[in-house]
Amino acid sequence: MHDAARILQLIVNGAASGCIYGLIALGFVLIYKATEMVNFAQGDVMMLGGFAAFTLIAHFHLPYWVGGILAIVITAALGYALDALIIRRVIGQPQFAVVMLTLGLGFIFRAGAGIAWGYDSVGFETPFTNKTIDIGGLILGEDSVSIIAGTVLLCGVLYLFFSRTRVGVAMQAASQNQLAAYYMGIPVRTIFSLIWAISAGVACLAGILLSPISMIDVNMGSLGIKAFAAAVIGGFGSIPGSVIGGVIVGIVEQFAGYKLPAGFQEVSSNIVLLLMLFVRPQGLFAERMGKRV
Amino acid sequence: MRYLFRTQYRQDIALWRHNGDRFWYGLLAVLILIAPQLLGEFYIGELGGVFIFAIAGVGLMLLVGYTGLISLGHAAFLGIGAYVNAVLLSHGVPFLLTLPAAGLFTAVCGAAIGRPTLRMSGLYLAIATLAFGSIVGTVFQKWTAVTGGFDGFAVPTPYVFGIAVESATGLYYVAGAVLAFVLWLSANLLRAPTGRAMVAIRDSEVSAQSMGIYLARYKTLAFAISAGMTGLAGALFAHYVRFLAPDSFDVLLSVQLLTIVFVGGLGSLRGAILGAVFVRLLPQFIAIVRDDLPFGIGRLPGLEPALFGLALVLVILFQPAGLNGMWLKTKAWFQAFPFKRQANFRRQKSYAKSERLK
Amino acid sequence: MILFQANDLSVRFGGIRAVDSVTFEVRQGEVFAIIGPNGAGKTTIFNLISRIYNSTSGKLLLGDTDFTQTPAWRIAGLGIARTFQNIELFPNATLLQNLLIGRHYHARTNFISEMMFLPSVRKAELRHREKVEDVIAFLGLERYRDSLIANLPYGVRKVVELGRALSIEPKLLLLDEPSSGLNVEETEGMGFWIEDIKKDLGITVIMVEHDMALVNQVSDRVMALNYGKVLAMGTPQQVQSHPEVVKAYLGGEVEGAA
Repeated sequence: MHDAARILQLIVNGAASGCIYGLIALGFVLIYKATEMVNFAQGDVMMLGGFAAFTLIAHFHLPYWVGGILAIVITAALGYALDALIIRRVIGQPQFAVVMLTLGLGFIFRAGAGIAWGYDSVGFETPFTNKTIDIGGLILGEDSVSIIAGTVLLCGVLYLFFSRTRVGVAMQAASQNQLAAYYMGIPVRTIFSLIWAISAGVACLAGILLSPISMIDVNMGSLGIKAFAAAVIGGFGSIPGSVIGGVIVGIVEQFAGYKLPAGFQEVSSNIVLLLMLFVRPQGLFAERMGKRV
Repeated sequence: MRYLFRTQYRQDIALWRHNGDRFWYGLLAVLILIAPQLLGEFYIGELGGVFIFAIAGVGLMLLVGYTGLISLGHAAFLGIGAYVNAVLLSHGVPFLLTLPAAGLFTAVCGAAIGRPTLRMSGLYLAIATLAFGSIVGTVFQKWTAVTGGFDGFAVPTPYVFGIAVESATGLYYVAGAVLAFVLWLSANLLRAPTGRAMVAIRDSEVSAQSMGIYLARYKTLAFAISAGMTGLAGALFAHYVRFLAPDSFDVLLSVQLLTIVFVGGLGSLRGAILGAVFVRLLPQFIAIVRDDLPFGIGRLPGLEPALFGLALVLVILFQPAGLNGMWLKTKAWFQAFPFKRQANFRRQKSYAKSERLK
Repeated sequence: MILFQANDLSVRFGGIRAVDSVTFEVRQGEVFAIIGPNGAGKTTIFNLISRIYNSTSGKLLLGDTDFTQTPAWRIAGLGIARTFQNIELFPNATLLQNLLIGRHYHARTNFISEMMFLPSVRKAELRHREKVEDVIAFLGLERYRDSLIANLPYGVRKVVELGRALSIEPKLLLLDEPSSGLNVEETEGMGFWIEDIKKDLGITVIMVEHDMALVNQVSDRVMALNYGKVLAMGTPQQVQSHPEVVKAYLGGEVEGAA
């Protein structure tokens, strides 16, 4: 294989794993924009979603699409419950209380998944597993293509949801000004729980899309830290920003593995994250402003 | 109830508020000194572990509990301290030099990571330190020329004034002395301008600045002091485990260190010690009851992290003041007995305060 | 003698001119009030003076010192102290600690000697404490000395914030709405304190204030702002009867205003 094709291959693979980071990052961003909290258990929610899909598809033999959608709904319900039962109680405490709370929840999720599904890696059959498509001589895995297509599709759906539906617009309003939204008769607390639900649903989708490439296991939540890099590049503020950020991280990672000595691939996302925070903490797409007094 | 009659300003800056304090802490010191005569080698070893984690806990408390900055990468500082100490010892440098060297080097590392993260608010800082910790963890694994990689690193026996510190009891006394020293430094700092500047930054950065506090300087300083103390703990930790494995300084360890300060109670040195007791004794407790739990729950590999997670969740939800808060409330209850104020035991309602930059 | 000057001070946020070429000077020892409707840019001027915001153009002078570019944390060192509209105390520290933090700029000890609490640190601490006790006595805060700010009523906190600013021993004191949130008696008390600060301590005061009774009681000169521009400047009576000012407050056209 000559070099250009190799590089293109790296880019596609990077974009595919980058889309997964982007989807997890998107979950961070949705919640952050609305509530100024960050769910450090987002990666573990993805793990739970992946296991839910695994149970439905591999155990109950549901078709891929039915099982996948059902898993997303179940995970979304979990996200709703998480906010309604636990997270809501710490509103008003310092931000790092939420960081610790969600970190703690992540460990509990991991142990819970270990009890329910064991510590072995599992996978399930998808329509995209081990298939390739040929685009003008370039051979691509359908799994990678399905991730990219799924991510683009989801962004479109979210865009329509936030701009066209009543609930979506209410969510935007509540994110921008809680008090004003509350006075306008928007049930802010329910809206926030719904945002947690969407964010969990997106995480589950990420888990399902990821499953043809990498197996589902209890520790897959550690991808969350790479997603932070994606969210930071996107400035923790926009949906396309986090997906673009994810793709950047994914591609950097592929090239680090290709060009640099061993070890750099695993830390490349962290290095990108730190560089970004040091050089341009507001992200690639946002402007910087100070606190108001 | 005890009422203090204060006639001089210096009473307010004394470390011991009254003779009762002096008596109880003195008694505690005596108990700690004679404990090796009363308890078996195993328990002394465990207590030594508690001391080591308490040192790191005090360091982290200064950062999280007093300056209001979070760090999810303190395991890295513990690791840096451990490796610096072990590597220097193996080159024949005496322990009485390697210990402070480990602390100082880690403090410099702390300043280096603290300086560029100054502009970040709580959340970004958490993410940045998480990334830093994970990078350092990878360095431990891959820099095999120094750390030995996954082969591990055997830590040489330290000598204090010519006496080999080989037994658990020896390490117990060394760790106890370092803990006392670190507590003394911290208590001093907290009653001086630097400590107050840290508290000011925690409570309101804008007005701290208007009081003439240079945020960059004091945040960097807090990071450096905190990292340095954690590095000291790391140096002792190396002797506690005797064999350094590069993957032991991971996020889980960072979260354990944070559990010390959160479960212990933010904003109190006593909390750091109570938290360390909790964090070190929980695994022992699990080990003891392991076989008696139904359905083999005790044998699950993820049990320990899950219980740490659960402890964090419960404390943050129901007892934000931590073990120290429980201690103070119990004390107040006994002092006021048989009268009690319901308000002492009620949580205050809190409101959302935006930390978002506008 | 002129203590403070703002020359042609402007700041823009996006397209909005929050402060638009404002020029004023404050004489040594006077109480200078800034009034104006909500959103007129009064607090923004304070944030410019305390260098929390960067001005787009213009100059700030204290005596002969140009501090237009001085970083915010050095402002206290110049002798400028301020309070905040919505109280920015350190809520999880005691009153005493809050006032001692106000002494920060005067601290000369370094952290290494502090960690060992050398005799020099002890001596410095006792000296700071004496200074702070003067402020506590001046404002009558003795009984709250060891209370956490979080447990104090709003009115007391307002006084504590004033005390913290005084602990800096400033030449120029900026008070952002000292009477907001206070009841009638507390506002009256605040008025007396401001007068005492001027007379007994000789500190020059700039205050942003809505309560016209308080403005009339304590201020020597008043500046009225609207939409970031100066409408009028002069004695309280002159400014209040100025047609532009009446128009800004009451809206609409002014017909033969007295």
